[in-house]
Amino acid sequence: MSHAIPSVLAFFAPESGGSPNANDIDDLYKITLVIALIIFFAVEGGLVYALVKFRKRKGAVANQIHGNTRLEVGWTAGAAVVLIALGGLTFAKLSSIQDPPNSGPSGTTLGEQNNVLYASNERKLPPNGKALEIEVIGKQYIWQFVYPGANEPDGLGAPYSYEEMVVPTNTTVSLDIVSQDVVHSWWIPELGGKFQDVPGYHNYTWFKISKPGLYRGQCAFLCGRGHARMIASVRAVPPAQFETWLARQKQEISEANKEAAKARAKLNEHGGAEKVENP
Amino acid sequence: MATYAAPIPQVHAHHVEHESTGWTSWLTTTDHKKIGIMYMVLTFMFFCLGGVEALMIRLQLGAPNNTLVSPETYNQLFTMHGTTMVFLFVVPMMAGLANYFLPLMIGARDMAFPRLNALSFWLLLAGGIVFYASIFWSPPEAGWTSYPPLSSALFSPSGGQDAWIYLIHLTGISSLVGAINFYATIANMRTRGMSWGRLPLFVWAILTYSVLLILALPVVAAAVTMLLTDRHFGTHFYDQAEGGSPLLWQNLFWFFGHPEVYIMVLPGFGIVSEILPVFARKPIFGYKAIAASTVAIAFLGFLTWAHHMFTTPIPEAILVFVMLSSFLIAIPTGVKMLNWIGTLWGGTIEFKTPLLFCVGFLALFLIGGISGVFLAIFPVDWQLNETYFVVAHIHFVLVGGAVFPIFAAIYYWFPKITGRMLGEGLGKLSFWLMFVGVLVTFLIQHVIGMDGMPRRVYEYDNVGNLALYNQISTVGSFILGAGVVATIVNVWRSLKFGAIAGPDPWKANTLEWFTASPPPVNNFDAVPIVRSAEPMKDIRREIERRTTGATSPAGSTQVGA
Repeated sequence: MSHAIPSVLAFFAPESGGSPNANDIDDLYKITLVIALIIFFAVEGGLVYALVKFRKRKGAVANQIHGNTRLEVGWTAGAAVVLIALGGLTFAKLSSIQDPPNSGPSGTTLGEQNNVLYASNERKLPPNGKALEIEVIGKQYIWQFVYPGANEPDGLGAPYSYEEMVVPTNTTVSLDIVSQDVVHSWWIPELGGKFQDVPGYHNYTWFKISKPGLYRGQCAFLCGRGHARMIASVRAVPPAQFETWLARQKQEISEANKEAAKARAKLNEHGGAEKVENP
Repeated sequence: MATYAAPIPQVHAHHVEHESTGWTSWLTTTDHKKIGIMYMVLTFMFFCLGGVEALMIRLQLGAPNNTLVSPETYNQLFTMHGTTMVFLFVVPMMAGLANYFLPLMIGARDMAFPRLNALSFWLLLAGGIVFYASIFWSPPEAGWTSYPPLSSALFSPSGGQDAWIYLIHLTGISSLVGAINFYATIANMRTRGMSWGRLPLFVWAILTYSVLLILALPVVAAAVTMLLTDRHFGTHFYDQAEGGSPLLWQNLFWFFGHPEVYIMVLPGFGIVSEILPVFARKPIFGYKAIAASTVAIAFLGFLTWAHHMFTTPIPEAILVFVMLSSFLIAIPTGVKMLNWIGTLWGGTIEFKTPLLFCVGFLALFLIGGISGVFLAIFPVDWQLNETYFVVAHIHFVLVGGAVFPIFAAIYYWFPKITGRMLGEGLGKLSFWLMFVGVLVTFLIQHVIGMDGMPRRVYEYDNVGNLALYNQISTVGSFILGAGVVATIVNVWRSLKFGAIAGPDPWKANTLEWFTASPPPVNNFDAVPIVRSAEPMKDIRREIERRTTGATSPAGSTQVGA
């Protein structure tokens, strides 16, 4: 629906096009915009008409009326009807914005190994319960993304990346958004709305990308002096490519960890461990 | 007492105190008019400071990846700008206007508690000094909303954050004491015949403003006190690691912060409701509806704070409830819009500067009100929240809803305060510059926000047309600034050279125009008995009847002691 809109209207609308929830928000926005523009031009038009028509002229006498109850009641009812319509529209769109769909047939199957029966009344999962879960960690001033594939039950050894999240196309990706220090806000405009990372809380959203490509965004809540530079991006690639990337990322991280362990052992031998902070 | 002597009637010599002059008279005064003038001058100075900060913000954003100011300075600038405009300009400016005009409008000789009134002013000054002193060390930089953990001792160790906390405390006590004083004055000191149904609408607005302050301020006082003890005395109210919650701050702050918006705009509504009928030469359209919708907005204002928290982890039931309660506020606000346009409708409108600023208010506030409906729809808010769309929204609401009515009030009441008129030419220039400036600065910011630029960023990359849009906004901000300068020049010139106003230059409706301009220390030698919501209109009619000797029905207002 929204994808073929004229570019003039796009000038007045938020970004969309990456994920179905962003597109649904965009539709809801545009319907609201049309109603708003009608009200705007009617009221400003009435104001301008009154100013021109009733400006002071020779011989004109002001009409000494104190009110019009029927008009006032009618206006109130009219406003209420418009708002009820907007509320109904929001409820009609709400489930498609909030509830993630199933992954497409060509999506990655990695999600099926993870959280198949995730029980949460806050996190919305696709009808079949299968989604690729990625943890989004905000910290001053960088984003970290932790992917499924931990070696150990406590989550250690899971592959991760910074700043750029890589995801498979046609796959429902469920995000678990947390913060390590202050309040941040996760936002990739083309992939849907913002969700605050509040320390001590989990926040959830999802997206499902059909077109491979790079989707840019940045932290949307003031988090300190580096706030403007806390950028984020999501790169969507075909599922096979994603699985290769993830395996390589995992291997590289585990190799780097081994190197680090070796270096630590060497330091310990030389009795220098106490001089190293945060081993 | 064993013996009782009947008091002997005595005649006291009538002692007339001369009006004291000189600077000490300002320091020691308890006269509501002098306190009101000090309020207005001081808060206007803070308005200029906040304006300079805004222009520096716009200069920095005038070009992509600009390096004019450092990220640290930029964060300090927007923190100072927001805090100044809310706590040191709009709220106390409304208190200043009310200080001067509320007793005059209800026919009283002073406020109910004149010394408390002086205390309010000096606490405000103390708050302003504490806050602005921080620019010589390290100003706060966590935004005017100061969310922890960013505002905690760990992430904001500088004393600037503490200066911010003391500002909230001091201006909070100042406003609280002032609000109690306004309430007591309105409840007890109305002149004969001024029933609730004849109260000027500005007084209704100040009554509601006072109740909102009394209910909302203790909450923010508690919130910042807990922030203070978290920072310095080892408590953990907002520390999730020790069982506290950063969301507690958001709830408490916005429980105050949303009613604060109505604290800022309701007096503006009151000013507009006074001025429109005078220049349309027509009674206000729907007096009862305006008074009732003011009270309705105030009540609903306490149910909607969580719409500032739509992107936080909160249950869906709350999202839905708050969306609907925010929608509800649009209804009484829409009623007011109808009443104001209805007041102009069928009138004979004189386009004097106070009226122009009121019309500017109607046009701009409507834009802010409509963009507010978008933000109330929470899925749409997920896209628009914390972007320049929100910056545009709050500026249409506050510049439209508070600054324009304040300028209307300056042009309308300056003759009463000084006895001289402000120049119409400079006034109209000021209006047009400010009106065009607001549109150029803030309309494009809706688009900037929807293109993905968050607020409170010190720099941005030139993606799409962001550079062009931001340049437009920066140019607009300087047009707006020039409009403010025109009014400052106008005030400066008119203090000496303005035309003599006389007691009632506008042929207005309310009692402040019954006395001399400027009014004497005791305000009125004799206060008329009020017979309607427009006592001055009754008086003019009565005078006309007596001087022409016409046999129209007996005038409805008498002049009594």
